[in-house]
Amino acid sequence: MRRVVITGTGMVSPLGCGTEVSWSRLLAGGNAARKVTEFEVEDLPAKIACRIPFGDGFDGTFHADDWMEPKEQRKVDPFITYAMAAADMALADAGWKPESDEDQIATGVLIGSGIGGLEGIVEGGYTLRDKGPRRLSPFFIPGRLINLASGQVSIRHKLRGPNHSVVTACSTGAHAIGDASRLIALGDADVMVAGGTESPICRISLAGFAACKALSTQHNDDPQRASRPYDADRDGFVMGEGAGIVILEELEHAKARGAKIYAEVVGYGLSGDAFHITAPSEDGDGAYRCMQMALKRAGLTAADVDYINAHGTSTMADTIELGAVERLVGDSASRISMSSTKSAIGHLLGAAGAVEAIFSALAIRDNVAPPTLNLDNPSVETKIDLVPHVARKREINVALSNSFGFGGTNASLVLRRYKAD
Amino acid sequence: MSDIAERVKKIVIDHLGVDAEKVSEGASFIDDLGADSLDTVELVMAFEEEFGVEIPDDAADSILTVGDAVKFIEKAQA
Repeated sequence: MRRVVITGTGMVSPLGCGTEVSWSRLLAGGNAARKVTEFEVEDLPAKIACRIPFGDGFDGTFHADDWMEPKEQRKVDPFITYAMAAADMALADAGWKPESDEDQIATGVLIGSGIGGLEGIVEGGYTLRDKGPRRLSPFFIPGRLINLASGQVSIRHKLRGPNHSVVTACSTGAHAIGDASRLIALGDADVMVAGGTESPICRISLAGFAACKALSTQHNDDPQRASRPYDADRDGFVMGEGAGIVILEELEHAKARGAKIYAEVVGYGLSGDAFHITAPSEDGDGAYRCMQMALKRAGLTAADVDYINAHGTSTMADTIELGAVERLVGDSASRISMSSTKSAIGHLLGAAGAVEAIFSALAIRDNVAPPTLNLDNPSVETKIDLVPHVARKREINVALSNSFGFGGTNASLVLRRYKAD
Repeated sequence: MSDIAERVKKIVIDHLGVDAEKVSEGASFIDDLGADSLDTVELVMAFEEEFGVEIPDDAADSILTVGDAVKFIEKAQA
Protein backbone atom coordinates (compact mmCIF):
# COMPACT_ATOMS: atom_id res chain seq x y z
CA MET A 1 0.00 0.00 0.00
CA ARG A 2 1.08 3.58 -0.63
CA ARG A 3 2.35 5.65 2.29
CA VAL A 4 0.33 8.60 3.59
CA VAL A 5 1.58 11.72 5.32
CA ILE A 6 0.01 14.81 6.88
CA THR A 7 1.10 17.94 5.01
CA GLY A 8 -1.34 20.53 6.32
CA THR A 9 -3.53 21.20 9.34
CA GLY A 10 -6.35 23.60 10.15
CA MET A 11 -8.31 24.00 13.31
CA VAL A 12 -11.04 25.98 14.98
CA SER A 13 -10.86 24.97 18.63
CA PRO A 14 -12.14 26.34 21.91
CA LEU A 15 -8.58 27.56 22.52
CA GLY A 16 -8.43 29.55 19.30
CA CYS A 17 -8.89 29.87 15.57
CA GLY A 18 -5.83 28.23 14.06
CA THR A 19 -3.63 25.23 14.73
CA GLU A 20 -0.62 27.03 16.16
CA VAL A 21 -2.54 29.34 18.49
CA SER A 22 -4.59 26.40 19.81
CA TRP A 23 -1.45 24.31 20.29
CA SER A 24 0.57 26.98 22.05
CA ARG A 25 -2.33 27.76 24.39
CA LEU A 26 -2.82 24.04 25.03
CA LEU A 27 0.84 23.60 26.00
CA ALA A 28 0.64 26.66 28.23
CA GLY A 29 -2.20 25.09 30.21
CA GLY A 30 -5.06 27.06 28.62
CA ASN A 31 -8.54 26.01 29.67
CA ALA A 32 -11.52 26.94 27.50
CA ALA A 33 -14.39 25.95 29.80
CA ARG A 34 -16.83 28.66 30.81
CA LYS A 35 -20.45 29.25 31.68
CA VAL A 36 -22.74 29.37 28.65
CA THR A 37 -24.23 32.87 28.31
CA GLU A 38 -25.52 32.85 24.73
CA PHE A 39 -28.78 31.10 25.56
CA GLU A 40 -30.87 30.13 28.58
CA VAL A 41 -29.19 27.45 30.69
CA GLU A 42 -30.72 27.97 34.12
CA ASP A 43 -33.10 25.03 33.69
CA LEU A 44 -30.37 22.74 32.27
CA PRO A 45 -28.35 20.38 34.47
CA ALA A 46 -25.13 21.28 32.58
CA LYS A 47 -24.61 25.04 32.22
CA ILE A 48 -21.04 25.08 30.96
CA ALA A 49 -19.19 24.39 27.70
CA CYS A 50 -15.96 25.02 25.84
CA ARG A 51 -17.00 27.52 23.20
CA ILE A 52 -14.71 28.70 20.46
CA PRO A 53 -13.55 32.27 21.13
CA PHE A 54 -15.76 34.42 18.91
CA GLY A 55 -14.34 37.83 18.03
CA ASP A 56 -12.97 40.03 15.28
CA GLY A 57 -10.48 37.46 14.00
CA PHE A 58 -7.51 38.92 15.84
CA ASP A 59 -5.62 37.34 18.75
CA GLY A 60 -6.81 33.86 17.84
CA THR A 61 -10.50 34.70 17.87
CA PHE A 62 -12.90 33.23 15.34
CA HIS A 63 -14.64 35.69 13.02
CA ALA A 64 -17.04 33.68 10.90
CA ASP A 65 -17.29 36.37 8.18
CA ASP A 66 -13.60 35.85 7.43
CA TRP A 67 -14.36 32.31 6.29
CA MET A 68 -17.85 32.41 4.79
CA GLU A 69 -19.99 35.26 3.49
CA PRO A 70 -22.78 36.21 5.90
CA LYS A 71 -25.45 35.36 3.33
CA GLU A 72 -23.96 31.87 3.00
CA GLN A 73 -23.59 31.41 6.76
CA ARG A 74 -27.32 32.04 7.16
CA LYS A 75 -28.05 28.98 5.05
CA VAL A 76 -25.99 26.49 7.08
CA ASP A 77 -25.50 25.35 10.62
CA PRO A 78 -22.19 26.47 12.15
CA PHE A 79 -20.59 23.02 11.83
CA ILE A 80 -20.28 23.73 8.10
CA THR A 81 -18.81 27.19 8.67
CA TYR A 82 -16.22 25.77 11.08
CA ALA A 83 -15.29 23.09 8.54
CA MET A 84 -14.92 25.68 5.78
CA ALA A 85 -12.57 27.70 7.99
CA ALA A 86 -10.45 24.74 9.06
CA ALA A 87 -10.27 23.39 5.49
CA ASP A 88 -9.15 26.79 4.15
CA MET A 89 -6.43 26.90 6.79
CA ALA A 90 -5.31 23.32 6.14
CA LEU A 91 -5.10 23.74 2.36
CA ALA A 92 -3.18 27.00 2.75
CA ASP A 93 -0.86 25.39 5.29
CA ALA A 94 -0.17 22.51 2.89
CA GLY A 95 0.29 24.91 -0.02
CA TRP A 96 -2.09 22.75 -2.05
CA LYS A 97 -4.28 24.62 -4.54
CA PRO A 98 -5.27 22.19 -7.28
CA GLU A 99 -5.99 23.95 -10.57
CA SER A 100 -5.51 21.37 -13.30
CA ASP A 101 -8.23 18.80 -14.01
CA GLU A 102 -5.82 16.08 -12.97
CA ASP A 103 -5.00 17.62 -9.59
CA GLN A 104 -8.63 18.48 -8.82
CA ILE A 105 -9.74 14.92 -9.58
CA ALA A 106 -6.89 13.49 -7.48
CA THR A 107 -8.05 15.48 -4.42
CA GLY A 108 -10.99 14.35 -2.33
CA VAL A 109 -12.80 15.39 0.82
CA LEU A 110 -13.88 13.30 3.81
CA ILE A 111 -15.22 15.41 6.66
CA GLY A 112 -17.59 14.01 9.24
CA SER A 113 -19.72 15.25 12.09
CA GLY A 114 -21.27 13.45 15.00
CA ILE A 115 -24.65 15.17 15.09
CA GLY A 116 -24.53 17.82 12.35
CA GLY A 117 -27.05 20.64 12.32
CA LEU A 118 -29.02 19.76 15.41
CA GLU A 119 -29.96 23.34 16.28
CA GLY A 120 -31.09 24.07 12.73
CA ILE A 121 -33.26 20.97 12.76
CA VAL A 122 -34.92 22.18 15.96
CA GLU A 123 -35.55 25.61 14.43
CA GLY A 124 -36.91 24.00 11.27
CA GLY A 125 -39.27 21.96 13.41
CA TYR A 126 -40.59 25.12 15.07
CA THR A 127 -41.07 26.76 11.68
CA LEU A 128 -43.01 23.77 10.38
CA ARG A 129 -45.20 23.66 13.49
CA ASP A 130 -45.80 27.38 13.86
CA LYS A 131 -45.80 28.69 10.28
CA GLY A 132 -46.43 25.66 8.13
CA PRO A 133 -44.49 23.88 5.38
CA ARG A 134 -44.49 26.81 2.97
CA ARG A 135 -42.22 28.76 5.33
CA LEU A 136 -39.53 26.09 5.50
CA SER A 137 -36.39 27.37 3.78
CA PRO A 138 -35.06 25.60 0.68
CA PHE A 139 -31.76 25.61 2.58
CA PHE A 140 -33.20 23.71 5.54
CA ILE A 141 -31.99 20.32 4.28
CA PRO A 142 -28.69 21.24 2.56
CA GLY A 143 -27.72 23.41 5.52
CA ARG A 144 -28.10 20.58 8.02
CA LEU A 145 -26.90 17.44 6.22
CA ILE A 146 -23.65 16.18 7.69
CA ASN A 147 -21.97 15.44 4.36
CA LEU A 148 -22.55 19.03 3.24
CA ALA A 149 -19.36 19.99 5.07
CA SER A 150 -17.51 17.81 2.57
CA GLY A 151 -19.75 19.10 -0.21
CA GLN A 152 -19.22 22.79 0.56
CA VAL A 153 -15.45 22.39 0.91
CA SER A 154 -15.27 20.53 -2.40
CA ILE A 155 -17.31 23.21 -4.18
CA ARG A 156 -15.21 26.10 -2.86
CA HIS A 157 -11.87 24.50 -3.73
CA LYS A 158 -12.99 22.49 -6.80
CA LEU A 159 -11.93 19.19 -5.28
CA ARG A 160 -13.43 16.55 -7.54
CA GLY A 161 -12.01 13.33 -6.10
CA PRO A 162 -13.79 11.04 -3.63
CA ASN A 163 -16.41 13.01 -1.67
CA HIS A 164 -17.40 11.23 1.47
CA SER A 165 -18.41 11.68 5.07
CA VAL A 166 -18.39 9.83 8.37
CA VAL A 167 -20.96 9.74 11.19
CA THR A 168 -19.70 7.67 14.09
CA ALA A 169 -20.45 9.88 17.08
CA CYS A 170 -17.27 10.71 19.01
CA SER A 171 -15.09 8.52 16.79
CA THR A 172 -16.03 10.49 13.66
CA GLY A 173 -12.88 12.59 13.29
CA ALA A 174 -10.54 9.63 13.74
CA HIS A 175 -12.55 7.45 11.37
CA ALA A 176 -12.54 10.24 8.78
CA ILE A 177 -8.75 10.54 8.87
CA GLY A 178 -8.30 6.77 8.91
CA ASP A 179 -10.71 6.13 6.04
CA ALA A 180 -9.30 8.99 3.98
CA SER A 181 -5.79 7.63 4.51
CA ARG A 182 -6.97 4.30 3.14
CA LEU A 183 -8.40 5.96 0.03
CA ILE A 184 -4.94 7.39 -0.62
CA ALA A 185 -3.14 4.17 0.30
CA LEU A 186 -5.31 2.24 -2.15
CA GLY A 187 -4.78 4.77 -4.94
CA ASP A 188 -8.28 6.25 -5.11
CA ALA A 189 -6.90 9.73 -4.39
CA ASP A 190 -3.51 11.39 -3.99
CA VAL A 191 -4.65 14.09 -1.56
CA MET A 192 -7.57 14.09 0.90
CA VAL A 193 -9.00 16.93 2.95
CA ALA A 194 -10.12 15.01 6.03
CA GLY A 195 -11.36 15.59 9.53
CA GLY A 196 -14.35 16.36 11.69
CA THR A 197 -16.51 19.30 12.64
CA GLU A 198 -19.16 19.94 15.27
CA SER A 199 -21.35 22.76 16.55
CA PRO A 200 -23.35 21.06 19.29
CA ILE A 201 -23.59 23.81 21.89
CA CYS A 202 -27.30 24.52 22.00
CA ARG A 203 -30.13 23.82 24.42
CA ILE A 204 -31.39 20.58 22.94
CA SER A 205 -27.91 19.11 22.78
CA LEU A 206 -26.94 20.08 26.33
CA ALA A 207 -30.30 18.76 27.54
CA GLY A 208 -30.02 15.56 25.53
CA PHE A 209 -26.46 14.67 26.54
CA ALA A 210 -27.30 15.48 30.16
CA ALA A 211 -30.36 13.23 29.92
CA CYS A 212 -28.13 10.29 29.05
CA LYS A 213 -25.88 11.19 31.98
CA ALA A 214 -22.84 12.03 29.88
CA LEU A 215 -22.20 15.65 30.95
CA SER A 216 -20.52 17.15 33.99
CA THR A 217 -23.16 18.79 36.18
CA GLN A 218 -21.32 19.23 39.49
CA HIS A 219 -18.91 21.99 38.46
CA ASN A 220 -21.27 24.60 37.01
CA ASP A 221 -19.93 27.20 39.43
CA ASP A 222 -16.32 26.45 38.63
CA PRO A 223 -16.28 25.54 34.91
CA GLN A 224 -12.52 25.29 34.56
CA ARG A 225 -12.46 22.46 37.09
CA ALA A 226 -15.17 20.44 35.32
CA SER A 227 -13.21 18.50 32.69
CA ARG A 228 -10.86 16.37 34.80
CA PRO A 229 -10.03 13.06 33.09
CA TYR A 230 -8.82 10.28 35.44
CA ASP A 231 -9.46 12.45 38.48
CA ALA A 232 -11.51 11.06 41.34
CA ASP A 233 -13.92 14.03 41.18
CA ARG A 234 -14.77 13.72 37.49
CA ASP A 235 -18.49 13.50 36.77
CA GLY A 236 -18.95 13.76 33.01
CA PHE A 237 -17.64 15.53 29.94
CA VAL A 238 -17.77 19.22 29.08
CA MET A 239 -19.12 19.87 25.62
CA GLY A 240 -16.83 21.58 23.12
CA GLU A 241 -17.18 22.72 19.52
CA GLY A 242 -15.00 23.36 16.51
CA ALA A 243 -13.34 21.59 13.61
CA GLY A 244 -10.06 19.89 12.83
CA ILE A 245 -8.98 19.25 9.26
CA VAL A 246 -5.80 17.66 7.94
CA ILE A 247 -4.41 17.44 4.45
CA LEU A 248 -3.43 13.83 3.86
CA GLU A 249 -1.14 13.18 0.97
CA GLU A 250 0.53 10.25 -0.72
CA LEU A 251 4.19 10.36 0.30
CA GLU A 252 5.76 10.59 -3.15
CA HIS A 253 3.23 13.26 -4.16
CA ALA A 254 4.19 15.30 -1.11
CA LYS A 255 7.92 14.85 -1.68
CA ALA A 256 7.65 15.74 -5.37
CA ARG A 257 6.27 19.18 -4.53
CA GLY A 258 8.51 19.70 -1.53
CA ALA A 259 5.66 19.81 0.98
CA LYS A 260 6.43 19.99 4.68
CA ILE A 261 5.50 16.76 6.47
CA TYR A 262 4.06 16.80 9.98
CA ALA A 263 3.93 13.04 10.44
CA GLU A 264 3.12 9.80 8.68
CA VAL A 265 -0.20 8.05 9.23
CA VAL A 266 1.05 4.51 9.73
CA GLY A 267 -1.75 2.76 11.58
CA TYR A 268 -5.52 2.72 11.79
CA GLY A 269 -7.68 0.36 13.80
CA LEU A 270 -11.44 -0.01 14.14
CA SER A 271 -13.62 -2.14 16.36
CA GLY A 272 -17.09 -2.49 17.81
CA ASP A 273 -17.93 -3.15 21.44
CA ALA A 274 -21.24 -4.91 20.68
CA PHE A 275 -22.17 -4.15 24.27
CA HIS A 276 -24.23 -1.03 25.08
CA ILE A 277 -25.49 2.10 23.30
CA THR A 278 -23.62 4.61 25.48
CA ALA A 279 -21.29 2.67 27.81
CA PRO A 280 -18.10 0.80 26.93
CA SER A 281 -17.75 -2.76 28.14
CA GLU A 282 -16.10 -2.99 31.55
CA ASP A 283 -13.21 -5.07 30.22
CA GLY A 284 -12.28 -2.44 27.62
CA ASP A 285 -11.93 -5.16 25.03
CA GLY A 286 -13.18 -3.03 22.12
CA ALA A 287 -10.65 -0.32 22.88
CA TYR A 288 -7.89 -2.89 23.29
CA ARG A 289 -8.58 -4.60 19.97
CA CYS A 290 -8.85 -1.26 18.21
CA MET A 291 -5.43 -0.08 19.41
CA GLN A 292 -3.95 -3.51 18.70
CA MET A 293 -5.24 -3.45 15.12
CA ALA A 294 -3.81 0.04 14.56
CA LEU A 295 -0.38 -1.04 15.81
CA LYS A 296 -0.44 -4.20 13.70
CA ARG A 297 -1.24 -2.16 10.62
CA ALA A 298 1.63 0.16 11.50
CA GLY A 299 4.02 -2.76 11.89
CA LEU A 300 4.80 -1.54 15.39
CA THR A 301 4.45 -2.95 18.88
CA ALA A 302 3.21 -1.30 22.04
CA ALA A 303 6.84 -0.85 23.08
CA ASP A 304 7.27 1.64 20.21
CA VAL A 305 4.52 3.98 21.44
CA ASP A 306 5.74 7.18 23.12
CA TYR A 307 2.56 9.20 23.49
CA ILE A 308 -1.14 8.38 23.61
CA ASN A 309 -3.77 11.06 23.13
CA ALA A 310 -6.50 9.38 25.14
CA HIS A 311 -10.19 9.50 24.42
CA GLY A 312 -10.38 10.41 28.15
CA THR A 313 -13.67 12.28 28.31
CA SER A 314 -13.74 12.85 32.09
CA THR A 315 -16.38 10.16 32.55
CA MET A 316 -16.29 6.83 34.36
CA ALA A 317 -15.10 5.30 31.06
CA ASP A 318 -11.64 6.90 31.52
CA THR A 319 -10.43 4.06 33.69
CA ILE A 320 -11.78 1.46 31.26
CA GLU A 321 -9.64 3.01 28.51
CA LEU A 322 -6.70 3.20 30.89
CA GLY A 323 -7.11 -0.49 31.70
CA ALA A 324 -7.17 -1.34 28.00
CA VAL A 325 -4.00 0.68 27.43
CA GLU A 326 -2.26 -1.04 30.37
CA ARG A 327 -3.21 -4.41 28.94
CA LEU A 328 -1.85 -3.32 25.55
CA VAL A 329 1.46 -1.86 26.68
CA GLY A 330 2.29 -4.28 29.50
CA ASP A 331 5.83 -3.71 30.72
CA SER A 332 6.22 -0.60 28.56
CA ALA A 333 3.76 1.36 30.73
CA SER A 334 6.41 3.36 32.54
CA ARG A 335 7.88 4.78 29.33
CA ILE A 336 4.57 6.00 27.90
CA SER A 337 2.95 9.39 28.37
CA MET A 338 -0.81 9.56 27.91
CA SER A 339 -2.91 12.68 28.27
CA SER A 340 -6.43 13.85 27.59
CA THR A 341 -6.54 17.21 25.85
CA LYS A 342 -10.28 17.21 26.51
CA SER A 343 -9.29 18.56 29.91
CA ALA A 344 -8.51 21.84 28.12
CA ILE A 345 -10.90 22.01 25.16
CA GLY A 346 -13.77 19.77 26.26
CA HIS A 347 -15.25 17.09 24.08
CA LEU A 348 -15.66 18.18 20.47
CA LEU A 349 -17.69 15.02 19.66
CA GLY A 350 -17.35 14.44 15.93
CA ALA A 351 -14.44 16.87 15.67
CA ALA A 352 -12.59 15.46 18.68
CA GLY A 353 -10.69 12.70 16.90
CA ALA A 354 -9.48 15.05 14.18
CA VAL A 355 -8.38 17.83 16.53
CA GLU A 356 -6.66 15.27 18.75
CA ALA A 357 -4.91 13.64 15.78
CA ILE A 358 -3.51 17.09 14.94
CA PHE A 359 -2.36 17.53 18.53
CA SER A 360 -0.71 14.11 18.29
CA ALA A 361 1.11 15.12 15.11
CA LEU A 362 2.30 18.30 16.82
CA ALA A 363 3.41 16.30 19.87
CA ILE A 364 5.70 14.40 17.50
CA ARG A 365 6.85 17.56 15.71
CA ASP A 366 7.73 19.38 18.92
CA ASN A 367 8.61 16.44 21.17
CA VAL A 368 6.19 17.47 23.88
CA ALA A 369 3.16 15.82 25.48
CA PRO A 370 0.30 18.25 26.18
CA PRO A 371 -1.06 18.17 29.73
CA THR A 372 -4.07 16.61 31.42
CA LEU A 373 -5.49 19.53 33.39
CA ASN A 374 -7.21 19.14 36.76
CA LEU A 375 -5.65 15.76 37.47
CA ASP A 376 -5.26 16.43 41.19
CA ASN A 377 -6.15 13.03 42.56
CA PRO A 378 -6.12 10.13 40.08
CA SER A 379 -8.89 7.65 40.77
CA VAL A 380 -6.63 4.69 40.02
CA GLU A 381 -2.91 4.05 40.24
CA THR A 382 -0.94 3.53 37.05
CA LYS A 383 2.66 3.42 35.92
CA ILE A 384 1.67 5.37 32.82
CA ASP A 385 2.55 9.07 32.94
CA LEU A 386 -0.80 10.86 32.68
CA VAL A 387 0.97 14.25 32.23
CA PRO A 388 -0.85 16.00 35.07
CA HIS A 389 -1.24 19.80 34.96
CA VAL A 390 1.77 20.74 32.81
CA ALA A 391 3.09 19.72 29.41
CA ARG A 392 6.05 17.35 29.36
CA LYS A 393 9.04 17.74 27.04
CA ARG A 394 10.09 14.27 25.96
CA GLU A 395 11.04 12.38 22.84
CA ILE A 396 7.96 11.42 20.86
CA ASN A 397 8.37 9.49 17.64
CA VAL A 398 5.18 7.43 17.69
CA ALA A 399 1.81 8.70 18.86
CA LEU A 400 -1.48 6.85 19.17
CA SER A 401 -4.79 8.72 19.25
CA ASN A 402 -7.94 7.04 20.57
CA SER A 403 -11.58 7.86 19.89
CA PHE A 404 -14.56 5.90 21.16
CA GLY A 405 -18.16 6.69 20.31
CA PHE A 406 -21.73 5.97 21.38
CA GLY A 407 -22.90 2.75 19.85
CA GLY A 408 -19.62 1.10 20.79
CA THR A 409 -17.66 2.37 17.79
CA ASN A 410 -13.90 2.66 18.30
CA ALA A 411 -11.08 4.13 16.22
CA SER A 412 -7.34 4.44 16.83
CA LEU A 413 -4.79 6.23 14.68
CA VAL A 414 -1.04 5.71 14.86
CA LEU A 415 1.21 8.54 13.67
CA ARG A 416 4.98 8.32 13.32
CA ARG A 417 7.67 10.89 12.80
CA TYR A 418 8.45 10.94 9.10
CA LYS A 419 11.94 9.79 8.26
CA ALA A 420 13.22 9.71 4.72
CA ASP A 421 14.31 6.19 3.76
CA MET B 1 -39.66 54.16 -6.13
CA SER B 2 -42.80 52.93 -4.45
CA ASP B 3 -42.85 51.66 -0.91
CA ILE B 4 -43.29 48.11 -2.23
CA ALA B 5 -40.30 48.48 -4.53
CA GLU B 6 -38.15 49.73 -1.65
CA ARG B 7 -39.13 46.81 0.55
CA VAL B 8 -38.54 44.30 -2.26
CA LYS B 9 -35.15 45.84 -2.88
CA LYS B 10 -34.20 45.58 0.78
CA ILE B 11 -35.14 41.88 0.90
CA VAL B 12 -33.08 41.21 -2.23
CA ILE B 13 -30.06 43.04 -0.81
CA ASP B 14 -30.31 41.17 2.51
CA HIS B 15 -30.81 37.71 1.05
CA LEU B 16 -28.39 37.85 -1.84
CA GLY B 17 -25.76 40.01 -0.15
CA VAL B 18 -25.47 42.33 -3.16
CA ASP B 19 -24.76 46.06 -3.42
CA ALA B 20 -27.83 48.31 -3.48
CA GLU B 21 -26.89 49.93 -6.79
CA LYS B 22 -27.05 46.58 -8.57
CA VAL B 23 -30.66 46.02 -7.53
CA SER B 24 -32.42 47.86 -10.37
CA GLU B 25 -35.97 47.17 -11.54
CA GLY B 26 -34.71 45.14 -14.47
CA ALA B 27 -32.07 43.15 -12.56
CA SER B 28 -32.46 39.38 -12.95
CA PHE B 29 -32.02 37.46 -9.71
CA ILE B 30 -30.08 34.68 -11.39
CA ASP B 31 -28.28 36.43 -14.29
CA ASP B 32 -27.41 39.74 -12.62
CA LEU B 33 -27.52 39.18 -8.85
CA GLY B 34 -25.83 35.78 -8.51
CA ALA B 35 -28.79 33.84 -7.14
CA ASP B 36 -29.24 30.13 -7.74
CA SER B 37 -32.55 28.28 -8.01
CA LEU B 38 -32.76 27.73 -4.24
CA ASP B 39 -32.03 31.40 -3.56
CA THR B 40 -35.01 32.37 -5.73
CA VAL B 41 -37.27 29.98 -3.78
CA GLU B 42 -36.15 31.64 -0.56
CA LEU B 43 -36.65 35.11 -2.01
CA VAL B 44 -40.22 34.30 -2.95
CA MET B 45 -40.82 33.02 0.58
CA ALA B 46 -39.41 36.25 1.98
CA PHE B 47 -41.73 38.30 -0.26
CA GLU B 48 -44.71 36.23 0.92
CA GLU B 49 -43.79 36.82 4.53
CA GLU B 50 -43.07 40.53 4.15
CA PHE B 51 -46.22 41.37 2.18
CA GLY B 52 -48.63 38.75 3.51
CA VAL B 53 -49.39 37.46 0.02
CA GLU B 54 -49.33 33.94 -1.37
CA ILE B 55 -47.23 33.41 -4.46
CA PRO B 56 -48.18 30.06 -6.06
CA ASP B 57 -45.39 28.01 -7.62
CA ASP B 58 -46.41 28.73 -11.22
CA ALA B 59 -46.47 32.46 -10.49
CA ALA B 60 -43.14 32.22 -8.66
CA ASP B 61 -41.60 30.67 -11.78
CA SER B 62 -42.39 33.83 -13.72
CA ILE B 63 -40.85 36.20 -11.15
CA LEU B 64 -37.35 36.53 -12.59
CA THR B 65 -36.47 40.16 -11.88
CA VAL B 66 -36.89 42.75 -9.16
CA GLY B 67 -39.53 44.45 -11.33
CA ASP B 68 -41.45 41.16 -11.79
CA ALA B 69 -41.67 40.80 -8.02
CA VAL B 70 -42.83 44.39 -7.49
CA LYS B 71 -45.51 44.05 -10.18
CA PHE B 72 -46.82 40.78 -8.76
CA ILE B 73 -47.06 42.15 -5.24
CA GLU B 74 -48.70 45.41 -6.33
CA LYS B 75 -51.30 43.40 -8.23
CA ALA B 76 -51.83 40.96 -5.36
CA GLN B 77 -52.35 43.80 -2.89
CA ALA B 78 -54.56 45.92 -5.18
